[in-house]
Amino acid sequence: MLAGAMLARMTAFTPLNALLGGLLIGLASLLLLWLNGRIAGVTGMLTGLQRLPLQGQAWRFLFLLGLVAGSAAYALAGGSTPQRQGFPPLLLVLAGLLTGYGTALANGCTSGHGVCGLARFSLRSLAATATFLLVAIATTFVARHLLGLQP
Amino acid sequence: MSRGLLRNLAALGSGLLFGLGLSLAQMTNPDKVLNFLDISGRWDPSLLLVLGGAVVLSALGFRQVLRRKAPLWDSGFHLPHAQAIDRPLLLGSALFGLGWGLSGYCPGPAVASLGVANPEALWVLPGILAGAALQRLMQPRASTDLD
Repeated sequence: MLAGAMLARMTAFTPLNALLGGLLIGLASLLLLWLNGRIAGVTGMLTGLQRLPLQGQAWRFLFLLGLVAGSAAYALAGGSTPQRQGFPPLLLVLAGLLTGYGTALANGCTSGHGVCGLARFSLRSLAATATFLLVAIATTFVARHLLGLQP
Repeated sequence: MSRGLLRNLAALGSGLLFGLGLSLAQMTNPDKVLNFLDISGRWDPSLLLVLGGAVVLSALGFRQVLRRKAPLWDSGFHLPHAQAIDRPLLLGSALFGLGWGLSGYCPGPAVASLGVANPEALWVLPGILAGAALQRLMQPRASTDLD
């Protein structure tokens, strides 16, 4: 193991929080489909707001605002929000560019394809989810264990 | 209240629950995400339960909801119509996997991280927006799943 792997911070398996958090995410997706007939996909929200005209797009902005407010509320209520230190900003920008380009090209990410797509038994979303999961697992292996990139 | 206003409130409420869920599950912590992806390291399987819980609950609910002619506050469902497993889908997902595995941020948590004033969001989120804008510039007429 290289330095990066040893520096990577351990996190404990938290099954109860993970399951409850997942159920909340599922409930959020269910409500948006039941009430508005919309897929709760964050990529769709972000790319939708980059299209003109902006008329009729308020709901996308409000969903994203809710996303920010939800995590702020959790922190204000005393929830723990550990922050990573010392991660290279340029690597964050590069990863962001790849993520933004890729999710726009694939029309979805972990929420749209991963949660809503799988819940609709979409084979297209299953292919997308399997692809990004496997590539992310391989990338993390190379970055952490071969390159020592993730402090 | 007009249906348009109700829809906006529903979107805000759904985003709020989504953000609470991501935070409670610690998916806004990139170490937690990377420790899930790092299966040969000290594996933290939490993300699997997050995804599993979300998929199972929404799959059960979607089945009921999609039996309706229309959602409660709109005249029809806005579902993705694309079904093809094509090059853009696979190439795009692979590029996303590369970015996700490098940083530990997918788009949802990147946005939610703004809510806890995480300075990393100020780097990764503009990257995501620029990447998505670049994709649109290069392929302005790319098919979109959602209207």
